[in-house]
Amino acid sequence: MSDARLDVRKTYKLLINGAFPRSESGRSYEVTSAKGAFLANAAQGSRKDVRDAVTAARGAQAKWWNATAYNRGQVIYRLAEMAESRRDELAEHVALAEGMNSRTSQKTVSASIDRIVWYAGWTDKIAQVLGGTNPVAGPFFNFSIPLPSGVVGVISVQESSLLGFVDAVLAPICVGNTVVALASEARPTPAVLLGEMTSSSDFPGGVLNVVTGLTGELAPVLAAHEDVDGLDLSGVTFEVGDELAALAAGSIKRVFRPHEKESDSSLRRLRAFVETSTVWHTIGQ
Amino acid sequence: MTRRVASVDQVSTTPLRLVTVEDRNVQIASTIAVPVIETEAQLKALIVSLSGVDAVGAEARAAKLSTRSIKKSTKLAAIEMAISMIDLTTLEGADTPGRVTSLCTKAMRPDPRDLTVPSVAAVCVYPDLVAHARSVLGSSPVAVASVATAFPSGRASLKVKLMDVREAVSAGADEIDMVIDRGAFLSGRLGQVFDEVVAVKEACGHAHLKVILETGELVTYDNVRRASWVAMLGGADFIKTSTGKVTVNATLPNALVMLEAVRDFAETAGRTVGVKVAGGIRTSKDAIRYLVLVNETVGSTWLTPNLFRLGASSLLNDLLMQRLKQQRGAYVRADEFSGD
Repeated sequence: MSDARLDVRKTYKLLINGAFPRSESGRSYEVTSAKGAFLANAAQGSRKDVRDAVTAARGAQAKWWNATAYNRGQVIYRLAEMAESRRDELAEHVALAEGMNSRTSQKTVSASIDRIVWYAGWTDKIAQVLGGTNPVAGPFFNFSIPLPSGVVGVISVQESSLLGFVDAVLAPICVGNTVVALASEARPTPAVLLGEMTSSSDFPGGVLNVVTGLTGELAPVLAAHEDVDGLDLSGVTFEVGDELAALAAGSIKRVFRPHEKESDSSLRRLRAFVETSTVWHTIGQ
Repeated sequence: MTRRVASVDQVSTTPLRLVTVEDRNVQIASTIAVPVIETEAQLKALIVSLSGVDAVGAEARAAKLSTRSIKKSTKLAAIEMAISMIDLTTLEGADTPGRVTSLCTKAMRPDPRDLTVPSVAAVCVYPDLVAHARSVLGSSPVAVASVATAFPSGRASLKVKLMDVREAVSAGADEIDMVIDRGAFLSGRLGQVFDEVVAVKEACGHAHLKVILETGELVTYDNVRRASWVAMLGGADFIKTSTGKVTVNATLPNALVMLEAVRDFAETAGRTVGVKVAGGIRTSKDAIRYLVLVNETVGSTWLTPNLFRLGASSLLNDLLMQRLKQQRGAYVRADEFSGD
């Protein structure tokens, strides 16, 4: 018997509403490794893919937020479990995409998985940190709680294809938002892999949607889409960010722009896409 | 007006005729010559003479036409045309006068911020709410349509059905949507179906009559074609696909078969009958597909609210959203417009 067998090549697809479609446009683009070798043909998403992803995210948001914080934490933790069992595959892609040696890439994957666990822990703790009781001059019990903004558009950071992506998408998801993420244009495969893992970790369809493609083409659509409530501009330059923020202002979105050296333990991302709701409750006899 | 009994071979029903650009508009016979039906045997002979529908061809044709791309200014025009053809419908057990008031307000001015949006063609309500709808609509061009004849099942005696119609008309309905007796049709009692249409048409008086075939219950395309003819021979001003109350609603192939029946009827009998598609049409894309189908089957003559209607409720919001999207260049929120 011959050992020869056909290559089973992988098609890198989008993640929209829990399904893995090709781009509606039928386009794809070539992704190369950091050294310029052919890596994959990724789906080149179109504005209609972005539209469909936003519709999916909007549809999933109420269900995701209505799940208990404990349950959301369990779901995100399960993503860490899934990533752990496929860590070698992730490391291989990170190494190729970012031009790392295998030790560094393994380290990056470990850091990413640990970060997922970190966000899993935050789901039922964020309300204590961002919310609380307020002293008021009157017979009222007054308290504030953080509510999710709704649908968040994420333009994922271009260089850090896995760790940056984890931060950008899980921070808004952990506080109850749903996300439409544009993966790194030149290094989309780790994000696609992570998207695949969400479908085996009890993420309801539509909570995380991943669109790969040309950032310059898709970002303005996402920024201008009126049914998106927040926009993370991590993956664009300051100048482009200004233009996108202006588009986002058309529908009064919350906009997040990372600091030049964003600290790993910064709560800015968790804070970025919440709305504070304050309730007055009568007390006394 | 000369009326005559059509002999069997006078009825032309070319299946799936290709329409070229030149003769896209149907040649409507110059004299009205609706065959006079005096006996059930005559009716059956005529109906049996209709050729069968090429089911695969009809589905392929409808699928092919639905891939046609309508963009930019054409899309904007199509959206506005679709809005003007809507029968804005609420047929729920939970309907209240308040709900009908908001429906009517929306019908008259679909987008309160933009007066260039046309009003819809009609509101469609249950008979007991006709008077209320009429009083809200006042002198606006929006018509009041009412379902009648024991909608949606049509299972009542003829006497009850006619009472239902007369009450709706006297309450101010401009249009009556009747349902045919599918039980009678499917068991071959075509004469009974025909007689009911004739009787309801008479009870309608000045009101327009739309006959609902409920294609989802007719099983085959041949039945859809036959039921279309029975309704048109009986005096229907419109034939309508569905009640919206069964699992299978309006589909493109069913609409195609009905449009062809309407075309053949116009060419042989000289009377133009409208088509209303209803049930399950929720997106602008769906609506535009029907407009393309109408244009390609019976021509632009039918692209008017007098001859083509879309029965829907949530469709209007999607049309308004798509219209705003065309104007603003960005996708808009679903809650931009009031819910139904």
